[in-house]
Amino acid sequence: MSVNWGVLQFPGSCDERDALNACLLATGGHGSARLVWHEETDLSGLDAIVVPGGFSYGDYLRAGAIAGLSPVMGAVADFAADGGPVLGICNGFQVLCEAELLPGALLDNTGTRFICRQGDLVVGDAESPFLTGLTAGETVSVPFKHQSGRFFAPPELLAEIEANRQVAFRYAPGQNPNGSLGDIAGVTNEAGNVLGLMPHPEHAVESFTGSTDGLALFRGVAGAIAGSPA
Amino acid sequence: MIDGTDAGSAHRELGLTDAEYSLICEKMGREPNGVELAMFSLLWSEHCAYKHSRKLLRQLPTEGPRVVMGPGENAGAVDIGNGHSIAFKVESHNHPSAVEPFQGAATGVGGILRDVIALGARPIAMLDSLRFGEPDTERTRYLVDGVVRGIGHYGNSMGIPTVGGEIYFEPPYEQNPLVNAMCVGIARTEEMVRAAAAGAGNRVVLFGSLTGRDGIGGASVLASAELDEGDDAKRPTVQIGDPFEESKLLECCQELLADGLLVSLQDLGAAGLTSSAGEMASAGETGIDIDVGLVPLREADMEPFEIMVSESQERMLAVVEPTKVEAVLALCDKWQTASAVIGEVTDNGIFRILKHGATVGEIAVHDLVDGCPLYDLDPEEPVEWIYPNRQTLPNDTDPSEILLSLLAAPSIASKRWAYDQYDSIVGSRTAHRAGATDAAVLNIPESGRAIAVAIDGNGRRVACDPRQGAIEATLECAANLACVGAEPLGVTNCLNFGNPEKPTVAWQLGEAIAGLAAACRALDAPVVGGNVSLYNETPSGPIYPTPVIGMVGELPDAETAGGRPWENEDSIAIIGPFNPSLAGSELEKQRGELGRGLPEVAIDPARKAIELVREAVRAGRVRTATDISDGGIAATLSELAVASGVGVQAELGPFITRVECSAEDALFGEGPGGFILAGSPAELEQLGGRGVPVELIGRVGGGLIEITADDLSVRILVDEARAAHDSLAARIESDQPGLTH
Repeated sequence: MSVNWGVLQFPGSCDERDALNACLLATGGHGSARLVWHEETDLSGLDAIVVPGGFSYGDYLRAGAIAGLSPVMGAVADFAADGGPVLGICNGFQVLCEAELLPGALLDNTGTRFICRQGDLVVGDAESPFLTGLTAGETVSVPFKHQSGRFFAPPELLAEIEANRQVAFRYAPGQNPNGSLGDIAGVTNEAGNVLGLMPHPEHAVESFTGSTDGLALFRGVAGAIAGSPA
Repeated sequence: MIDGTDAGSAHRELGLTDAEYSLICEKMGREPNGVELAMFSLLWSEHCAYKHSRKLLRQLPTEGPRVVMGPGENAGAVDIGNGHSIAFKVESHNHPSAVEPFQGAATGVGGILRDVIALGARPIAMLDSLRFGEPDTERTRYLVDGVVRGIGHYGNSMGIPTVGGEIYFEPPYEQNPLVNAMCVGIARTEEMVRAAAAGAGNRVVLFGSLTGRDGIGGASVLASAELDEGDDAKRPTVQIGDPFEESKLLECCQELLADGLLVSLQDLGAAGLTSSAGEMASAGETGIDIDVGLVPLREADMEPFEIMVSESQERMLAVVEPTKVEAVLALCDKWQTASAVIGEVTDNGIFRILKHGATVGEIAVHDLVDGCPLYDLDPEEPVEWIYPNRQTLPNDTDPSEILLSLLAAPSIASKRWAYDQYDSIVGSRTAHRAGATDAAVLNIPESGRAIAVAIDGNGRRVACDPRQGAIEATLECAANLACVGAEPLGVTNCLNFGNPEKPTVAWQLGEAIAGLAAACRALDAPVVGGNVSLYNETPSGPIYPTPVIGMVGELPDAETAGGRPWENEDSIAIIGPFNPSLAGSELEKQRGELGRGLPEVAIDPARKAIELVREAVRAGRVRTATDISDGGIAATLSELAVASGVGVQAELGPFITRVECSAEDALFGEGPGGFILAGSPAELEQLGGRGVPVELIGRVGGGLIEITADDLSVRILVDEARAAHDSLAARIESDQPGLTH
């Protein structure tokens, strides 16, 4: 099914081309993907948004803090409020938390160092267009790659996230790389159309990298859009 | 230090000899003023003028059918077909890293990235070759931690994957670590830009970071002198890196080039505006006017000489046709990067410095850039081993204990602690990551093929024999490429040596360059660029002479690249003219018995073995291929067992009989030319009979590493080997001193 993807680009983004590539691979030649400059405020014509990884504005204040206030994020908030699918990866997850489109916050890894390694995620029982190609409890192999990926929420909020079934991914047992509460690697908003995760599905879409498990998230949206009323 | 006044007596403090100063006066027909003297002192420094090495470097082969850009440009480049080229270069940032490891390493990465960006290429990979003292000192652990964090900070933030590298730990690097960074980029060949200024009347545009007082005199004060006690006072000469600024600069340059807005482009590195503008004018045989009053400054009251020699990072200089200036400045605004027209290309051959229109300096471009005298060295072969030895392993140690000690040696142990801190996958090209195979493998859909990249250089062996050691380093690079199925396209190198004005260092330098030239010629691998880093010594002596070789190769397909782990029931063979010896080995080091001399390398037989392995890997006839390197056959087999989680049983008797070495040499001896291959016995046997020695030595299986060599044998658990091999992280992180980053 044809999907027109928009991939946000902030100064300092660095995984945006990888995300673009993943979007195009997932739509298999149907549909399109383009970069959306951080000063744009018109998202019309786009079916799904990816907020990519990187170091938006250098992350010199706090990861994702400046990008969360950028002009494009106002448009993304409207897009999400209308039910449009939004995927935040790594810095994109941080940006979506800063913009209050997702609950919780991402703190520095407990080891305080940047980590980059292949690892396993267990799919949670959240409902999201990005998860339509995956089954709860299934394991997927994707790279973990970040410096500030420790998911945190105060106890009441954490209980709410769990009770609302907003956990999209957990690190596989024993593989939590950063001290995230509840091994949480990714969460959705209450409606499920906004999903953020720290690991990088866009880096696991071609076989030469060793895993194509990440494609499922991008393909899931195409399926969900096809299945939804026009 | 540079003060911009009193030129008559300042030249010595600026690193110029009396004779060089007289020559400058003679060329100018007068004494230089403060601005001019500061500019001369930097461009005539070793770091910029290569005055002690340029004559020697002429021996290196630099031409070949695939060479697109050779030495003299910002980086070298080789053709990979389908209209694309790979640009690459390695450069040192040793002294800044000794003085301030985090920023020194970070700006080293930033600087080499800009060399590749300046060619019009998009960087796609970084590699690092690092040397430190032994990790049992607090200083070394502080340096290692800072350097690794600095590399990660810059490369990760820029979104350039660090895909490989090497780290060695040897006492002679304790006070003077080596931080060599290599960058690899890709460009459409026809869109690549040269650094030459062209077209009188064209404008000179400076863009990127504001110009500040950081890094003033870095090339002369830091890079071209020995380190001394109390060098913390040199911290102000270390630049501060800002990867966010460089990330914007990269994207801005890519858009400027894609829109065809630039005549030429050059990064600002050592000696800042002086070298970039001077070298642009020299390459284009033009003159150039620069008005320091137009340079966007970080601090308002900077003197003209400070502006001309500032080494503030993340700046680029471009030559632009007058009609395109507006579009260039608009794109700089889009990327939120400062920009200004600061001068003009002229046709008079003069580098003129103005301040708000008034001339404050005037030098003939040729005198400044090409006028530095080139020196002959005064080499003298040392009669004995000039480096300290220390024993850490008793001579009567049991062979199994020796093997564990080798696997735990910091230079041999797994460097995963460092690699895990680097983003190795951003860009979606990385097929084989740092540490996973002998060479990194990157997918290149632009050409429909893949490239492999390796960086190598064992300073200890070069210290034992500079000529043989340099040959070995070059062959090892090619061997690493062969193990993934790649063929060399081009070479870059960073020659890290001590003070060349000292005869023994001069001898090391000459011998190593001769060895490098011979090996590159034999491999048909032209040297397309590189860097010389001299004066790497402290009051405790010179570093090991350390030529670091970076090599880029090509292979048909990233998907089928070699280097996979072995599997149960695989047979194992030794391939190649490997003739192990303890001379210069890790074991000899641990026994405190290092001395001069290495066995002579037979280059042609080694090249034949490299070709045979490459073909076998490409044809998919073997599962596993690796070259036999540090720690010899026993350590190499153990590393494969650890990587695949399956043990091995090997019998080296027939091998010993053929090469006539001792049992101890067979287990732990080192040397070039050897490979371990694993796969089906029939396939391995068929590799024989082509003039390359092939010996089946054993079989894969079980949880033990058992190797017998005549009357000696080792027998350890794979898990014991893994524990030893994984021991480096604990050694580095133990008792970390207070960290500021």
